[in-house]
Amino acid sequence: MAFLGSMNLAIILLVAVALASVIGTVLQQNQPYGDYLMKFGPFWFEVFRTLGLYDVYSAPWFLAILGFLVISTSACVIRNAPGMLREMRDYRLHAQEKSLRSIPGHAEWQVPVSVEAAAIEGRRTLLESGFNVRETRVAEGYLIAGRKGALQRLGYIFTHVAIVIILVGGVLDSRIWLALRELKGDLVVETRPVPVSQVPPESRVPASNPSFRGNVNIPEGQQSSVLFLNVRDGYVVQELPFAIEVKDFRIEHYINGQPKSYESDLVIHDPASPNKPVAQTISVNHPLIYKGYAIYQASFGDGGSKLALRAWQLLGQSGAVQDIQGAIFQDIPFSLGGQRYTLELNDFRLFNINPVEGEGGKVEQKNFGPSMVFRIRDAAGQAREYENYMNPVVMDGRPVFISGMREQVGAPMRYLYLPADRDNRLDTFMAYYARLHDPERVARAVQAMLEEINPEAAKLPAASESIRAMVGRFVEGGYDAIGTDLEKRVPAEQLQQAFETSVRVLQTVLGRMYVELLAERGIEAPTEQDERFLADAVTAINALALYGSPIYLQMTGFEHIQASGLQVTKSPGKAVVYFGSVLLTLGVFMLFYLHPRRAWVLVRENESGARVLFATTSHRKTIDMQQAAAQLRERLELRLSGAGGHPLAADHA
Amino acid sequence: MSANLDVMRQPLGQSPAARHVRSLDILWLVAVLGAGFGVLAAFNQHMDGYEVGILIGATLSLATFGWFWRSMQGLTLAVAVMSGIALWRYGVYFGDQLSVGLEALNAVQGKDFFLKFLVSSQSAIMWMSALYVGATFTYFLALITRAEYIGRIASALVWAATAFGLTGLMTRWRESYLIHVDYGHIPVSNLYEVFILFAVITALIYLFYEGRFRTRNLGGFVMLVISAAVGFLLWYTFDRGANHIQPLVPALNSYWMKIHVPANFVGYGAFALAAMVGVAYLIKFKLGGDGENDRLPKLAVLDDLMYKAIALGFGFFTVATILGAMWAAEAWGGYWSWDPKETWALIVWLNYAAWLHLRLTKGWRGAPMAWWAVVGLFVTTFAFLGVNMFLSGLHSYGTL
Repeated sequence: MAFLGSMNLAIILLVAVALASVIGTVLQQNQPYGDYLMKFGPFWFEVFRTLGLYDVYSAPWFLAILGFLVISTSACVIRNAPGMLREMRDYRLHAQEKSLRSIPGHAEWQVPVSVEAAAIEGRRTLLESGFNVRETRVAEGYLIAGRKGALQRLGYIFTHVAIVIILVGGVLDSRIWLALRELKGDLVVETRPVPVSQVPPESRVPASNPSFRGNVNIPEGQQSSVLFLNVRDGYVVQELPFAIEVKDFRIEHYINGQPKSYESDLVIHDPASPNKPVAQTISVNHPLIYKGYAIYQASFGDGGSKLALRAWQLLGQSGAVQDIQGAIFQDIPFSLGGQRYTLELNDFRLFNINPVEGEGGKVEQKNFGPSMVFRIRDAAGQAREYENYMNPVVMDGRPVFISGMREQVGAPMRYLYLPADRDNRLDTFMAYYARLHDPERVARAVQAMLEEINPEAAKLPAASESIRAMVGRFVEGGYDAIGTDLEKRVPAEQLQQAFETSVRVLQTVLGRMYVELLAERGIEAPTEQDERFLADAVTAINALALYGSPIYLQMTGFEHIQASGLQVTKSPGKAVVYFGSVLLTLGVFMLFYLHPRRAWVLVRENESGARVLFATTSHRKTIDMQQAAAQLRERLELRLSGAGGHPLAADHA
Repeated sequence: MSANLDVMRQPLGQSPAARHVRSLDILWLVAVLGAGFGVLAAFNQHMDGYEVGILIGATLSLATFGWFWRSMQGLTLAVAVMSGIALWRYGVYFGDQLSVGLEALNAVQGKDFFLKFLVSSQSAIMWMSALYVGATFTYFLALITRAEYIGRIASALVWAATAFGLTGLMTRWRESYLIHVDYGHIPVSNLYEVFILFAVITALIYLFYEGRFRTRNLGGFVMLVISAAVGFLLWYTFDRGANHIQPLVPALNSYWMKIHVPANFVGYGAFALAAMVGVAYLIKFKLGGDGENDRLPKLAVLDDLMYKAIALGFGFFTVATILGAMWAAEAWGGYWSWDPKETWALIVWLNYAAWLHLRLTKGWRGAPMAWWAVVGLFVTTFAFLGVNMFLSGLHSYGTL
């Protein structure tokens, strides 16, 4: 007990909790285990996992420290409170003259009045200074004892009891109930990403679970009577005694496009009161409390938006178009050029507010409009992730279709910019790209070019052949392919020059074919804008070599269906914690701003009237207290000298 | 009585008998309560019950505060007059109109004399910055020359800076509504705004103890930390454009912000003050401690001041953390999520809890406690700034 309630242990525990808490803030908690494995490697991953560092605040050793803190604090209170309460009530009316004289700062006066009159002066002085006063008769006189600020000791008790209460309340709301179920073997953490209906009973927690905090995404127009509780590298399903329906989800925006509020219209369908569904709109900071369950607007996401898509074939018979209908979270298999692929539609965003450097380098927030995120997975299971914007975005003064691509989750996106045509459509670019895949058209263009610039060479099939091959290489593999090919055939010292010549020839062919296309579309005099289109198209074709997708997926329409991300909690410990918090606040201020003091005035009769002995103590020897003591003594002296008294002795400590 | 207490013979509002109520005090009460009531009457229909409660609480707190600390009365008057000028000038151009847009606001700020050079939030904050830095040098000059009047100038500079800082915040509040009514919010919502709050509150706590302890020689030390905050503020303004008023993210749009943030900054300010007193303590200690003709107060006085500041900070930090937990319960669905900001608040709290235990129960005093108070400021700074810079979490709106 003495050890448990000792100050040393308490300090060690306070510091230990602080240090342990640091770990949980430095190492991001409750991330997917795969991320940790990548970060730390197999050895340290395992070490950290065993130590519980991925969820420090639920780790047994951390809970043990907190447990010790509760025990130590309780021991402290149990050890000290009875004495303190006794001390609070006690006026010390049996103080002896000798012991008063041993108090530093005591003073003594001789007053030419009766003991009663002197006692009244002493009593008044103490009362005026805010003391509670008791008095008693002693031999030949009176002892007046005062005290103030006694509640400070209650402050000590309040603060320490509050800590225990708060921690107990916290435990009620903690994961301890899940841990107990797991310990008993009633609960198995599910790690597979399967639909709720396929989650086995042993991974479900009944509605009777006393406390939980879980999340669920509910698409507009749908309902759910379960939540998901994330546990380590998996989850369990928490059942609710009612179903939550999301009628509508809304985001309101500020004029600059930033979100202003998230709101969901909810309806609670409770089997206990089937005829009275509760309808309420919740928003951030305004939850719904229903039968002790609190329902919060936590996040939002896509609820399976329906998308109209146009797939432009990039490989093989390029230029072919197919319109398809899809929805977010849907997987669409397709095959192309004998290869099988799966298109996985992952996410849809209505707004994309991105910072854009405007005129004069000023960064502005700009809305890029709707976008979708999808993956294309090949037969081997390899996937790339894409994010395509629906509408062309004006960049450097010209409209482009943007498509982000990454080969790995978490890698930064790299972007493909396909130029939009005069009608803000993708058609011209795709038509042009298809042309470059058409060997006959390419051959005709090459031949025409040769005849125009070098009629001699035009007669040599090899010249035409090699240029056609070069165009083919560019379309398949960009400038890199041309360079690689030249490296094989040309000595190193001529490489630079050969490359430049090849690119010039290539650009001439590409230019001719573009003019041809424009002419077919009735454009005889290309404008500057058309010229820039060509340059952008060539850049895009070069980039397409790295794009890694057999199709370009264009979003042509959508029906936005959102999902509201709700957090639902049952926390029976909340009231307990709040009660503890109030107690803590009261206690802290009582502890610091009440100053317990005692004062005594002992009056004894003698031959020339009365002798008055004064002493005061405070259990904290602070400067304020010394000063207050001096003030009190002066005040008493003033009163006594008014009654004709004069000092006898004083201890000027 | 021993000589080391002479500096503090005249405690403010310490004993009821020592206080003589002046007619000015009565006027103060009438004015503050009247103003509070006026605001309530004018904006009642825009406020919910909690906000009315907060307004009443704030009015009563200010009235009480000014009653016991008369210097607050003058400060309040100065802030009221300067903010009034700003309101008047905006009124001249926009009348009762809100949502005039940033361009119109900037145009007016650029051409109106009062707004351009004095009381638009940006000008007021620049004045505040300049005056705090000026006060720092002046305090040190006073410390070196031992010239009483230079010290008085330094104090006056701090008062003026504080008045400008508060005016800047008041005006910014109005300006947010002028940009767009949806943008309107009390300016304690992001790192830029709370840095101003930090400087002002730290200065006020210092000024309170300056009056009470009758010494200006600590001013330079405390103003150092305020100047550092000002330095950050200027960098943040000119390098990052952080002074632009942004609308609130949905999570911050709550009455809780009005009480959680200021309570927190009383805590931060008091801890900063304690640390700087700790620095003064350590310097004096290294130079040989108390002497006959000291500039700095006696070590015992410094030690006591350090304790008082930490006790004050601890009280308010406790309240702020509890309010934060209650807000979290309403916004995020749990009063405690072990979010990095929450956790670091706990670490700060535990740190000072340990400090107070050692001082009050074990009776530790002197250099080790001063060192600890200084280290405490680093822990606090990490909780305040570092968490936003290095750790991700729910408090992400505070990021640099």
